[in-house]
Amino acid sequence: MAKATVMAILAAGLVMGAFAYAKAAEIKRYVVDGSQAAGLPSCVEPTERMRRMHMEFIKHQRIATVHQGIRDTKYSLAGCVDCHVSYDAQHSPRPINQPDQFCGACHRYASVKLDCFDCHAAVPKGLDGDQASRADGLTQGGGR
Amino acid sequence: MHRLHAPHNQPSGDESPAEAVATTRRALIGTAAGLGAAALVAPGVVLHTLSAQAETAPITNKSRWGLLIETDKCAEGCRACIEACDHEHGLDRQVPEGSPSKWEQQKAVWIRKVKLQDNQTGRITQLPLMCQHCEHPPCVDVCPTGASFKRADGIVMVDRHLCIGCRYCMMACPYKARSFIHHNTTGQLTAVPRGKGCVESCNLCVHRRDYGQDSTACADACAATGHHAILFGDLKDPESPIRRRMREIQNRQIREDLGLNTGVRYAGI
Ligand code: SF4
Ligand code: SF4
Repeated sequence: MAKATVMAILAAGLVMGAFAYAKAAEIKRYVVDGSQAAGLPSCVEPTERMRRMHMEFIKHQRIATVHQGIRDTKYSLAGCVDCHVSYDAQHSPRPINQPDQFCGACHRYASVKLDCFDCHAAVPKGLDGDQASRADGLTQGGGR
Repeated sequence: MHRLHAPHNQPSGDESPAEAVATTRRALIGTAAGLGAAALVAPGVVLHTLSAQAETAPITNKSRWGLLIETDKCAEGCRACIEACDHEHGLDRQVPEGSPSKWEQQKAVWIRKVKLQDNQTGRITQLPLMCQHCEHPPCVDVCPTGASFKRADGIVMVDRHLCIGCRYCMMACPYKARSFIHHNTTGQLTAVPRGKGCVESCNLCVHRRDYGQDSTACADACAATGHHAILFGDLKDPESPIRRRMREIQNRQIREDLGLNTGVRYAGI
Protein backbone atom coordinates (compact mmCIF):
# COMPACT_ATOMS: atom_id res chain seq x y z
CA MET A 1 0.00 0.00 0.00
CA ALA A 2 2.53 2.53 1.23
CA LYS A 3 4.88 1.51 -1.54
CA ALA A 4 2.20 1.94 -4.16
CA THR A 5 1.41 5.42 -2.83
CA VAL A 6 5.05 6.46 -2.96
CA MET A 7 5.29 5.13 -6.48
CA ALA A 8 2.19 7.05 -7.47
CA ILE A 9 3.54 10.27 -6.01
CA LEU A 10 6.85 9.77 -7.75
CA ALA A 11 5.13 9.07 -11.01
CA ALA A 12 2.94 12.13 -10.62
CA GLY A 13 6.01 14.23 -9.90
CA LEU A 14 7.70 12.92 -13.00
CA VAL A 15 4.67 13.66 -15.10
CA MET A 16 4.43 17.17 -13.73
CA GLY A 17 8.11 17.76 -14.34
CA ALA A 18 7.88 16.48 -17.86
CA PHE A 19 4.78 18.60 -18.39
CA ALA A 20 6.49 21.80 -17.27
CA TYR A 21 9.48 21.02 -19.48
CA ALA A 22 7.34 20.22 -22.46
CA LYS A 23 5.39 23.43 -21.84
CA ALA A 24 8.47 25.61 -22.07
CA ALA A 25 9.45 23.92 -25.29
CA GLU A 26 5.95 24.19 -26.68
CA ILE A 27 5.14 27.77 -25.87
CA LYS A 28 5.74 28.76 -29.47
CA ARG A 29 3.12 26.29 -30.59
CA TYR A 30 0.49 28.57 -29.10
CA VAL A 31 1.17 31.54 -31.31
CA VAL A 32 -0.42 31.48 -34.73
CA ASP A 33 2.09 32.21 -37.50
CA GLY A 34 1.49 35.58 -39.02
CA SER A 35 -0.91 36.64 -36.26
CA GLN A 36 -0.58 39.90 -34.39
CA ALA A 37 1.02 38.06 -31.47
CA ALA A 38 3.70 36.55 -33.72
CA GLY A 39 4.98 40.02 -34.50
CA LEU A 40 5.12 41.21 -30.90
CA PRO A 41 7.81 40.57 -28.28
CA SER A 42 4.98 39.87 -25.82
CA CYS A 43 1.20 40.02 -25.79
CA VAL A 44 -0.78 43.25 -25.28
CA GLU A 45 0.97 43.35 -21.90
CA PRO A 46 4.24 41.70 -20.81
CA THR A 47 3.84 37.95 -20.45
CA GLU A 48 4.21 37.93 -16.67
CA ARG A 49 1.48 40.50 -16.37
CA MET A 50 -0.75 38.62 -18.77
CA ARG A 51 -0.37 35.46 -16.73
CA ARG A 52 -1.45 37.14 -13.53
CA MET A 53 -3.84 39.78 -14.74
CA HIS A 54 -5.59 38.58 -17.88
CA MET A 55 -8.88 38.03 -16.11
CA GLU A 56 -8.81 41.59 -14.80
CA PHE A 57 -8.15 42.94 -18.27
CA ILE A 58 -10.94 40.87 -19.75
CA LYS A 59 -13.35 41.86 -17.01
CA HIS A 60 -12.88 45.56 -17.58
CA GLN A 61 -13.08 45.42 -21.33
CA ARG A 62 -16.21 43.28 -21.24
CA ILE A 63 -18.02 46.12 -19.47
CA ALA A 64 -16.82 48.59 -22.06
CA THR A 65 -18.01 46.30 -24.81
CA VAL A 66 -21.35 45.09 -23.53
CA HIS A 67 -22.53 48.31 -21.89
CA GLN A 68 -20.85 51.01 -23.92
CA GLY A 69 -20.59 49.32 -27.28
CA ILE A 70 -16.84 49.89 -27.58
CA ARG A 71 -15.62 47.20 -29.90
CA ASP A 72 -11.96 47.96 -30.47
CA THR A 73 -10.83 47.08 -26.99
CA LYS A 74 -7.26 46.04 -26.36
CA TYR A 75 -8.03 42.98 -24.26
CA SER A 76 -10.62 41.29 -26.41
CA LEU A 77 -11.25 37.60 -25.85
CA ALA A 78 -11.73 37.14 -29.58
CA GLY A 79 -8.22 38.57 -29.87
CA CYS A 80 -6.81 35.88 -27.56
CA VAL A 81 -8.46 33.23 -29.70
CA ASP A 82 -7.25 34.74 -32.99
CA CYS A 83 -3.59 34.68 -32.02
CA HIS A 84 -3.37 31.64 -29.77
CA VAL A 85 -5.59 28.98 -31.28
CA SER A 86 -3.91 26.04 -32.98
CA TYR A 87 -4.84 24.16 -36.09
CA ASP A 88 -5.08 20.47 -36.82
CA ALA A 89 -3.72 18.69 -39.89
CA GLN A 90 -6.82 19.66 -41.87
CA HIS A 91 -6.20 23.35 -41.02
CA SER A 92 -9.30 23.44 -38.84
CA PRO A 93 -8.89 25.45 -35.66
CA ARG A 94 -9.00 23.46 -32.44
CA PRO A 95 -11.16 24.90 -29.66
CA ILE A 96 -8.82 26.93 -27.49
CA ASN A 97 -10.40 25.70 -24.25
CA GLN A 98 -9.57 22.04 -24.86
CA PRO A 99 -7.26 20.73 -22.13
CA ASP A 100 -4.26 20.61 -24.47
CA GLN A 101 -4.75 24.07 -25.93
CA PHE A 102 -3.56 27.56 -24.99
CA CYS A 103 -6.30 28.57 -22.57
CA GLY A 104 -7.38 25.06 -21.65
CA ALA A 105 -3.91 23.70 -20.86
CA CYS A 106 -2.94 26.53 -18.56
CA HIS A 107 -6.27 26.48 -16.79
CA ARG A 108 -5.97 22.76 -16.28
CA TYR A 109 -2.43 23.16 -14.97
CA ALA A 110 -3.54 25.86 -12.54
CA SER A 111 -6.75 23.99 -11.74
CA VAL A 112 -8.89 27.01 -12.51
CA LYS A 113 -12.27 26.53 -14.12
CA LEU A 114 -12.62 28.17 -17.52
CA ASP A 115 -16.18 29.32 -18.16
CA CYS A 116 -15.66 31.92 -20.89
CA PHE A 117 -16.16 29.46 -23.72
CA ASP A 118 -19.47 28.18 -22.43
CA CYS A 119 -20.81 31.24 -24.26
CA HIS A 120 -17.96 32.60 -26.38
CA ALA A 121 -16.72 31.03 -29.59
CA ALA A 122 -13.59 28.98 -28.88
CA VAL A 123 -12.35 29.06 -32.45
CA PRO A 124 -11.49 32.23 -34.33
CA LYS A 125 -14.21 33.54 -36.54
CA GLY A 126 -14.28 37.28 -36.37
CA LEU A 127 -16.97 39.01 -38.35
CA ASP A 128 -15.89 37.39 -41.58
CA GLY A 129 -15.78 34.01 -39.94
CA ASP A 130 -19.23 34.57 -38.50
CA GLN A 131 -20.50 35.15 -41.99
CA ALA A 132 -18.91 31.90 -43.15
CA SER A 133 -20.31 30.00 -40.15
CA ARG A 134 -23.73 31.35 -40.85
CA ALA A 135 -23.37 30.10 -44.39
CA ASP A 136 -22.45 26.56 -43.38
CA GLY A 137 -25.14 26.36 -40.74
CA LEU A 138 -24.66 23.80 -37.98
CA THR A 139 -21.30 21.98 -37.71
CA GLN A 140 -17.87 22.75 -36.45
CA GLY A 141 -17.99 24.11 -33.05
CA GLY A 142 -17.30 27.15 -31.07
CA GLY A 143 -18.37 26.47 -27.47
CA ARG A 144 -17.25 22.95 -26.75
CA MET B 1 -48.72 39.52 -12.40
CA HIS B 2 -48.79 42.03 -15.17
CA ARG B 3 -49.99 44.81 -12.96
CA LEU B 4 -46.54 46.29 -13.31
CA HIS B 5 -45.34 49.71 -12.57
CA ALA B 6 -47.31 52.86 -12.99
CA PRO B 7 -46.17 54.77 -16.04
CA HIS B 8 -43.11 56.79 -15.22
CA ASN B 9 -43.93 60.17 -16.53
CA GLN B 10 -40.42 61.39 -16.90
CA PRO B 11 -39.49 63.39 -19.93
CA SER B 12 -38.02 60.99 -22.45
CA GLY B 13 -34.51 62.27 -21.84
CA ASP B 14 -34.36 63.31 -25.44
CA GLU B 15 -32.20 66.36 -25.48
CA SER B 16 -29.66 65.67 -22.75
CA PRO B 17 -26.05 66.74 -23.21
CA ALA B 18 -23.18 64.35 -23.96
CA GLU B 19 -23.41 65.22 -27.62
CA ALA B 20 -19.70 65.87 -27.98
CA VAL B 21 -18.62 62.30 -28.62
CA ALA B 22 -21.72 61.61 -30.63
CA THR B 23 -20.48 63.63 -33.54
CA THR B 24 -17.74 61.09 -34.15
CA ARG B 25 -20.19 58.27 -33.96
CA ARG B 26 -22.57 59.93 -36.35
CA ALA B 27 -19.75 60.59 -38.81
CA LEU B 28 -18.72 56.99 -38.43
CA ILE B 29 -22.16 55.67 -39.15
CA GLY B 30 -22.33 57.97 -42.12
CA THR B 31 -19.16 56.46 -43.53
CA ALA B 32 -20.23 52.93 -42.91
CA ALA B 33 -23.64 53.53 -44.42
CA GLY B 34 -21.89 54.85 -47.49
CA LEU B 35 -19.90 51.65 -47.71
CA GLY B 36 -23.08 49.63 -47.39
CA ALA B 37 -24.75 51.56 -50.15
CA ALA B 38 -21.81 50.90 -52.44
CA ALA B 39 -22.33 47.19 -51.96
CA LEU B 40 -26.01 47.35 -52.81
CA VAL B 41 -26.76 44.55 -55.24
CA ALA B 42 -30.53 44.42 -55.44
CA PRO B 43 -33.23 46.45 -53.78
CA GLY B 44 -33.28 45.56 -50.14
CA VAL B 45 -30.32 43.19 -50.33
CA VAL B 46 -27.17 44.64 -48.93
CA LEU B 47 -23.92 42.73 -48.90
CA HIS B 48 -22.57 43.64 -45.55
CA THR B 49 -19.10 45.02 -45.59
CA LEU B 50 -17.44 42.75 -43.12
CA SER B 51 -14.42 44.71 -42.14
CA ALA B 52 -16.78 47.45 -41.01
CA GLN B 53 -15.38 49.98 -38.60
CA ALA B 54 -15.56 48.98 -34.95
CA GLU B 55 -17.01 51.46 -32.50
CA THR B 56 -14.26 53.13 -30.51
CA ALA B 57 -16.14 55.65 -28.35
CA PRO B 58 -18.87 54.89 -25.83
CA ILE B 59 -22.34 55.00 -27.34
CA THR B 60 -24.44 57.99 -26.39
CA ASN B 61 -28.12 58.81 -26.07
CA LYS B 62 -27.93 60.87 -29.22
CA SER B 63 -29.75 58.03 -30.99
CA ARG B 64 -32.55 55.82 -29.94
CA TRP B 65 -32.89 52.76 -32.10
CA GLY B 66 -36.27 51.33 -32.92
CA LEU B 67 -38.46 49.56 -35.42
CA LEU B 68 -41.63 50.51 -37.22
CA ILE B 69 -43.71 47.51 -38.22
CA GLU B 70 -46.42 47.94 -40.81
CA THR B 71 -48.63 44.99 -40.03
CA ASP B 72 -50.71 45.24 -43.19
CA LYS B 73 -47.58 44.56 -45.23
CA CYS B 74 -46.66 41.49 -43.17
CA ALA B 75 -47.66 38.40 -45.10
CA GLU B 76 -49.34 35.43 -43.50
CA GLY B 77 -47.04 32.40 -43.40
CA CYS B 78 -43.90 34.41 -44.16
CA ARG B 79 -41.10 33.67 -41.73
CA ALA B 80 -38.30 35.57 -43.40
CA CYS B 81 -37.61 37.87 -40.45
CA ILE B 82 -37.58 35.02 -37.96
CA GLU B 83 -35.24 32.92 -40.06
CA ALA B 84 -32.93 35.85 -40.68
CA CYS B 85 -32.80 36.59 -36.96
CA ASP B 86 -32.05 32.96 -36.10
CA HIS B 87 -29.31 32.98 -38.69
CA GLU B 88 -27.82 36.32 -37.67
CA HIS B 89 -27.48 35.32 -34.04
CA GLY B 90 -26.66 31.66 -34.46
CA LEU B 91 -29.94 30.48 -32.92
CA ASP B 92 -30.23 28.03 -35.81
CA ARG B 93 -26.83 26.55 -34.96
CA GLN B 94 -28.18 25.05 -31.76
CA VAL B 95 -28.27 21.28 -31.82
CA PRO B 96 -31.56 19.96 -30.40
CA GLU B 97 -31.30 18.20 -27.06
CA GLY B 98 -33.86 16.12 -25.20
CA SER B 99 -37.26 15.19 -26.59
CA PRO B 100 -38.35 17.00 -29.77
CA SER B 101 -41.45 18.45 -28.10
CA LYS B 102 -39.48 19.83 -25.19
CA TRP B 103 -36.92 21.27 -27.57
CA GLU B 104 -39.63 22.96 -29.62
CA GLN B 105 -41.12 24.51 -26.50
CA GLN B 106 -37.87 25.63 -24.99
CA LYS B 107 -35.63 26.79 -27.80
CA ALA B 108 -34.76 30.45 -27.92
CA VAL B 109 -37.07 32.68 -29.93
CA TRP B 110 -36.25 36.33 -30.52
CA ILE B 111 -39.12 37.10 -32.92
CA ARG B 112 -42.57 35.50 -32.85
CA LYS B 113 -45.31 35.91 -35.37
CA VAL B 114 -48.51 36.64 -33.50
CA LYS B 115 -51.80 36.37 -35.33
CA LEU B 116 -54.60 38.56 -34.03
CA GLN B 117 -58.21 38.19 -34.94
CA ASP B 118 -60.89 40.74 -34.20
CA ASN B 119 -63.74 38.49 -33.08
CA GLN B 120 -66.37 40.94 -34.16
CA THR B 121 -65.20 41.58 -37.68
CA GLY B 122 -62.95 38.60 -38.34
CA ARG B 123 -60.14 40.91 -39.44
CA ILE B 124 -56.80 39.19 -39.09
CA THR B 125 -53.56 40.99 -38.32
CA GLN B 126 -50.04 39.57 -38.54
CA LEU B 127 -47.76 40.85 -35.86
CA PRO B 128 -44.04 40.12 -35.67
CA LEU B 129 -43.34 40.54 -31.98
CA MET B 130 -39.91 40.95 -30.45
CA CYS B 131 -38.44 42.80 -27.49
CA GLN B 132 -40.01 46.24 -27.67
CA HIS B 133 -36.96 48.01 -26.27
CA CYS B 134 -39.03 49.86 -23.72
CA GLU B 135 -37.80 53.21 -22.52
CA HIS B 136 -38.88 52.18 -19.02
CA PRO B 137 -38.23 48.45 -19.22
CA PRO B 138 -39.93 46.31 -16.56
CA CYS B 139 -37.30 43.62 -17.16
CA VAL B 140 -34.61 46.04 -16.01
CA ASP B 141 -36.67 47.13 -13.00
CA VAL B 142 -36.95 43.61 -11.66
CA CYS B 143 -33.52 42.22 -12.51
CA PRO B 144 -31.76 41.61 -9.18
CA THR B 145 -28.24 41.63 -10.60
CA GLY B 146 -28.25 44.48 -13.07
CA ALA B 147 -27.83 41.99 -15.92
CA SER B 148 -30.87 43.37 -17.74
CA PHE B 149 -29.97 46.87 -18.76
CA LYS B 150 -30.71 49.58 -21.27
CA ARG B 151 -27.86 50.98 -23.33
CA ALA B 152 -27.61 54.71 -23.82
CA ASP B 153 -28.94 54.27 -27.35
CA GLY B 154 -32.12 52.61 -26.10
CA ILE B 155 -31.24 48.98 -26.80
CA VAL B 156 -32.35 46.73 -23.96
CA MET B 157 -30.28 43.63 -23.48
CA VAL B 158 -28.88 41.10 -21.03
CA ASP B 159 -25.29 41.16 -19.84
CA ARG B 160 -24.74 37.43 -19.69
CA HIS B 161 -21.75 37.89 -17.43
CA LEU B 162 -24.15 39.06 -14.74
CA CYS B 163 -27.28 37.04 -15.46
CA ILE B 164 -27.99 34.39 -12.84
CA GLY B 165 -30.86 32.89 -14.78
CA CYS B 166 -33.55 33.71 -12.23
CA ARG B 167 -35.99 34.62 -15.00
CA TYR B 168 -37.66 37.47 -13.12
CA CYS B 169 -37.35 39.48 -16.32
CA MET B 170 -39.28 36.87 -18.25
CA MET B 171 -42.13 37.19 -15.78
CA ALA B 172 -42.04 40.97 -15.84
CA CYS B 173 -41.95 41.44 -19.61
CA PRO B 174 -45.47 42.21 -20.85
CA TYR B 175 -44.53 41.06 -24.35
CA LYS B 176 -43.21 37.58 -23.55
CA ALA B 177 -40.11 38.63 -25.42
CA ARG B 178 -37.45 36.73 -23.55
CA SER B 179 -36.10 33.19 -23.78
CA PHE B 180 -34.10 31.13 -21.35
CA ILE B 181 -31.28 28.93 -22.59
CA HIS B 182 -31.75 25.48 -21.09
CA HIS B 183 -28.99 23.56 -22.82
CA ASN B 184 -25.29 23.74 -23.44
CA THR B 185 -24.71 25.71 -26.59
CA THR B 186 -22.28 24.93 -29.39
CA GLY B 187 -21.03 26.77 -32.43
CA GLN B 188 -21.67 30.27 -31.15
CA LEU B 189 -20.74 33.15 -33.39
CA THR B 190 -17.98 35.47 -32.30
CA ALA B 191 -20.30 38.46 -32.44
CA VAL B 192 -23.08 36.72 -30.50
CA PRO B 193 -21.87 34.88 -27.41
CA ARG B 194 -24.70 32.88 -25.85
CA GLY B 195 -24.89 30.09 -23.36
CA LYS B 196 -26.77 27.92 -20.93
CA GLY B 197 -28.39 29.48 -17.88
CA CYS B 198 -28.91 32.96 -19.27
CA VAL B 199 -31.90 34.83 -20.56
CA GLU B 200 -31.76 36.49 -23.95
CA SER B 201 -33.94 38.43 -26.35
CA CYS B 202 -33.84 40.65 -29.42
CA ASN B 203 -30.94 43.08 -29.14
CA LEU B 204 -31.68 45.06 -32.30
CA CYS B 205 -28.60 43.42 -33.84
CA VAL B 206 -26.37 45.24 -31.41
CA HIS B 207 -23.19 43.98 -33.09
CA ARG B 208 -24.32 45.61 -36.31
CA ARG B 209 -24.88 48.86 -34.43
CA ASP B 210 -21.37 48.70 -33.06
CA TYR B 211 -19.82 47.95 -36.42
CA GLY B 212 -21.64 50.78 -38.12
CA GLN B 213 -24.09 48.77 -40.19
CA ASP B 214 -27.31 50.61 -40.63
CA SER B 215 -29.93 47.84 -40.51
CA THR B 216 -31.16 44.79 -38.69
CA ALA B 217 -31.30 41.25 -40.03
CA CYS B 218 -35.09 41.15 -39.81
CA ALA B 219 -35.61 44.44 -41.64
CA ASP B 220 -33.19 43.37 -44.39
CA ALA B 221 -34.86 39.99 -44.79
CA CYS B 222 -38.33 41.47 -44.88
CA ALA B 223 -37.27 43.96 -47.52
CA ALA B 224 -35.64 41.16 -49.53
CA THR B 225 -38.98 39.35 -49.73
CA GLY B 226 -40.48 42.56 -51.10
CA HIS B 227 -42.84 43.07 -48.18
CA HIS B 228 -41.01 45.95 -46.51
CA ALA B 229 -43.02 45.54 -43.33
CA ILE B 230 -40.13 46.29 -40.94
CA LEU B 231 -38.27 49.57 -40.88
CA PHE B 232 -35.28 50.06 -38.62
CA GLY B 233 -33.89 53.43 -37.63
CA ASP B 234 -33.16 56.22 -35.24
CA LEU B 235 -36.26 57.44 -33.44
CA LYS B 236 -34.51 60.59 -32.31
CA ASP B 237 -33.45 61.79 -35.76
CA PRO B 238 -36.36 63.73 -37.26
CA GLU B 239 -34.95 63.16 -40.73
CA SER B 240 -34.43 59.40 -40.49
CA PRO B 241 -36.61 57.27 -42.79
CA ILE B 242 -38.30 55.69 -39.79
CA ARG B 243 -39.30 59.05 -38.33
CA ARG B 244 -40.51 60.29 -41.69
CA ARG B 245 -42.63 57.19 -42.11
CA MET B 246 -43.94 57.53 -38.57
CA ARG B 247 -45.10 61.03 -39.41
CA GLU B 248 -46.88 59.77 -42.50
CA ILE B 249 -48.82 56.87 -41.09
CA GLN B 250 -50.72 56.26 -37.93
CA ASN B 251 -48.84 53.98 -35.56
CA ARG B 252 -48.95 52.99 -31.94
CA GLN B 253 -47.40 50.96 -29.18
CA ILE B 254 -48.70 47.60 -28.13
CA ARG B 255 -50.06 47.93 -24.60
CA GLU B 256 -49.46 51.65 -24.63
CA ASP B 257 -51.52 51.76 -21.44
CA LEU B 258 -48.46 50.47 -19.63
CA GLY B 259 -46.61 53.69 -20.38
CA LEU B 260 -43.37 51.95 -21.29
CA ASN B 261 -42.68 54.08 -24.36
CA THR B 262 -41.58 51.19 -26.52
CA GLY B 263 -38.98 51.55 -29.25
CA VAL B 264 -40.96 49.25 -31.54
CA ARG B 265 -44.06 50.78 -33.06
CA TYR B 266 -46.86 49.16 -35.04
CA ALA B 267 -48.99 50.52 -37.82
CA GLY B 268 -52.29 48.96 -38.77
CA ILE B 269 -53.35 47.74 -35.37
S1 SF4 C 1 -40.16 44.21 -24.28
FE1 SF4 C 1 -39.80 43.00 -22.46
S2 SF4 C 1 -37.66 42.37 -22.60
FE2 SF4 C 1 -37.93 44.08 -24.03
S3 SF4 C 1 -37.41 45.93 -22.86
FE3 SF4 C 1 -39.62 45.68 -22.67
S4 SF4 C 1 -39.87 44.47 -20.80
FE4 SF4 C 1 -37.72 44.27 -21.38
S1 SF4 D 1 -32.79 36.04 -15.54
FE1 SF4 D 1 -30.87 37.22 -15.69
S2 SF4 D 1 -31.44 39.08 -16.78
FE2 SF4 D 1 -33.37 38.12 -16.12
S3 SF4 D 1 -33.86 39.08 -14.15
FE3 SF4 D 1 -32.67 37.23 -13.67
S4 SF4 D 1 -30.52 37.89 -13.57
FE4 SF4 D 1 -31.68 39.55 -14.59
